[in-house]
Amino acid sequence: MADRGRGEGKLRLLVGKVGLDGHDRGVKIIARALRDAGHEVIYTGLHQTPEMVVATAIQEDVDAVSLSILSGAHNTLFPRVIELLRRAKTSIPVFGGGIIPEEDIPFLKKRGVKAIFTPGTSTQDVIDWVARNIRPGAQASRGTEARREKPAPRRRPGKRR
Amino acid sequence: MKQDGASTRRRTRRQWEKGTLVPALKKAPERMAEFTTLSGVPVERLYTPEDLEDWRPEEKLGLPGEYPFTRGPYPSMYRGKLWTMRQFSGFGTAKDTNRRYRYLLDHGQTGLSVAFDIPTLMGLDSDDPRSLGEVGREGVAIDTLADMETLFEGIPLSKVSTSMTINAPAAVFLAMYLAVARKQGADWKQVQGTIQNDILKEYIAQKEWIYPPRPSIRIIVDMIAFCTRHVPKWNTISISGYHIREAGATAAQELAFTLADGIGYVQACTEAGLDVDSFAPRLSFFWNAHSDFFEEIAKYRAARRIWARAMRERFKAKDPRSWTLRTHAQTAGCSLTAQQPYNNIVRVALQALSAVLGGTQSLHTNSMDETLGLPTEQAVTIALRTQQILAEETGVANTIDPLAGSYFVESLTDRIERQGLDLIEAIDRMGGIVAAIEQGFPQREIAEAAFRYQQQLERGEKVMVGVNRHVESASAPIEILKIPPSAETRQIRSLRRVRMKRNARAQRRAMDSLLRAARGGRNLMPSILEAVEGYASVGEICGTLKTVFGEYREEKTHF
Repeated sequence: MADRGRGEGKLRLLVGKVGLDGHDRGVKIIARALRDAGHEVIYTGLHQTPEMVVATAIQEDVDAVSLSILSGAHNTLFPRVIELLRRAKTSIPVFGGGIIPEEDIPFLKKRGVKAIFTPGTSTQDVIDWVARNIRPGAQASRGTEARREKPAPRRRPGKRR
Repeated sequence: MKQDGASTRRRTRRQWEKGTLVPALKKAPERMAEFTTLSGVPVERLYTPEDLEDWRPEEKLGLPGEYPFTRGPYPSMYRGKLWTMRQFSGFGTAKDTNRRYRYLLDHGQTGLSVAFDIPTLMGLDSDDPRSLGEVGREGVAIDTLADMETLFEGIPLSKVSTSMTINAPAAVFLAMYLAVARKQGADWKQVQGTIQNDILKEYIAQKEWIYPPRPSIRIIVDMIAFCTRHVPKWNTISISGYHIREAGATAAQELAFTLADGIGYVQACTEAGLDVDSFAPRLSFFWNAHSDFFEEIAKYRAARRIWARAMRERFKAKDPRSWTLRTHAQTAGCSLTAQQPYNNIVRVALQALSAVLGGTQSLHTNSMDETLGLPTEQAVTIALRTQQILAEETGVANTIDPLAGSYFVESLTDRIERQGLDLIEAIDRMGGIVAAIEQGFPQREIAEAAFRYQQQLERGEKVMVGVNRHVESASAPIEILKIPPSAETRQIRSLRRVRMKRNARAQRRAMDSLLRAARGGRNLMPSILEAVEGYASVGEICGTLKTVFGEYREEKTHF
């Protein structure tokens, strides 16, 4: 897609609440922190289905999708969003957070979630991770796979897991 | 030299500052330049009689069980009856939860409190595509009366008081509860319990809604009118600050938005022609028991005072029971940490203590594992034991409102009352709480406060032990309750069985009657009862009402 006039390092990010849970304190804090870090942030609003999130991601031509789930439905909803993105032939990366037990994280990573942030994460950690791991034009870069996963940064206690 | 008492005191305090304090500060300065409560209210180094110079106990406090109820809604408070220990619980299917209820009742719990899963809270059936992955996860899945019958099997509804945390589809669940009670042979006039039924705070904070605000209020008015006649001991709304606080509000915002919601309900009922004293005594409240010990105590006390004055002066209620604010409290889920989870036991104990010192009527203590998932049996037992230790070992229940007269607590109570009243006045100027919600006012204020707190946390100005201070590299894992995905399939199968077995014609008739009631002005409750007793599902009933009332949605926003 043609240049959208983004500044250096500026990304277009979709933050979404998928599923029925209405806990939006965290997602709004993240949305605002990412905006304050210089990105364009689109918030889906509450109670989105995976289909709605994927449609918005494509329509808004975003560089990454970030999902917040506090309902316990993460093992169903994350893989569903990733599957729908794959079917739509895009490689928009997905990351997210919420109340997600440690032991579910390997499963989610295996299903393609790039990172999971759990309670106690600072907004700066999320901003830094995004800066290191998300590149503009995810959809255009499909297939080139220029951006290989960097080795995971050393885990800090009680932060990202 | 002759001086009046006040100036003697003032001179003494100045002398203390000059002669004693300042030299000490020169040697060792204070830990911080500014001390504030968790909500950001400045806290002075010392409170003295000067802070209460114009303060009249007879006007500000009154006596227990008397206007303005600062000291408590009842004359004997916990000396007569301890607070109700009510642990919120529910998970998986009705059968799973019924087993937990019997366990809790056997272990000395004195009331039930039903947690429903999210599809149920949204008025969706377990087999709705949007329910995928969420059935039975955060609470119990209830689709039809058949589930409700299982939920209360072996539990006599004439004896146990039940609280149901449900809002948007509350009318359906009240009808189901009453239908079970009728089947058990219980007299509706004796049935006791509470339904949360507080839709306004859903738009403000918890966000599990179905219809837009105005038709939602109509349903609530219908429920109140119905209960006033047929179920007189039922608490018709639990006006809730809990979720407002969890969403990030300050103590004063929690207080103000919640009381403004209460004012909104009373206004709607009186406009519908109900006499204020016929329903106001059955309204109750629900506060968040957060971590700033004294601020919380001040909040409960200020809330009772504001409500008493609003009911008496604004609504001209004459029955003293209409003036009293009775409340449930729950310790703050958002204060718990996934890191070093055993620390949560201590947090909960202190929060519970402040709720008791603030005079709550019932209490839920959170379990230490609630940032990780639903509580295990062991965790929930410790939480219940925490309340029993407070009630039976510490002596805090032996005297009424023990902190009254404290220079600090009374100053803080006055201050939070003032902040609350200012916000309520701002909402009045917007045209009341519904208009304020439609303009997004409380939602914005809360998001702002939540962001501010997050920043304070990240700058280290506010502390969460184990998260931004006293961090440990690894903490011992604790047991987590797992809800097997099979709960979802089992629930869907049983719902389909109910649909097959029920009388289809009676079902259609009930839905037609419901539609007519919704389109006209007739009270909705009899039609909902008829539908429920014919085993209509919550999704079918709410779906039918949606065709008349419409659906509330949150739009996409660009930040």
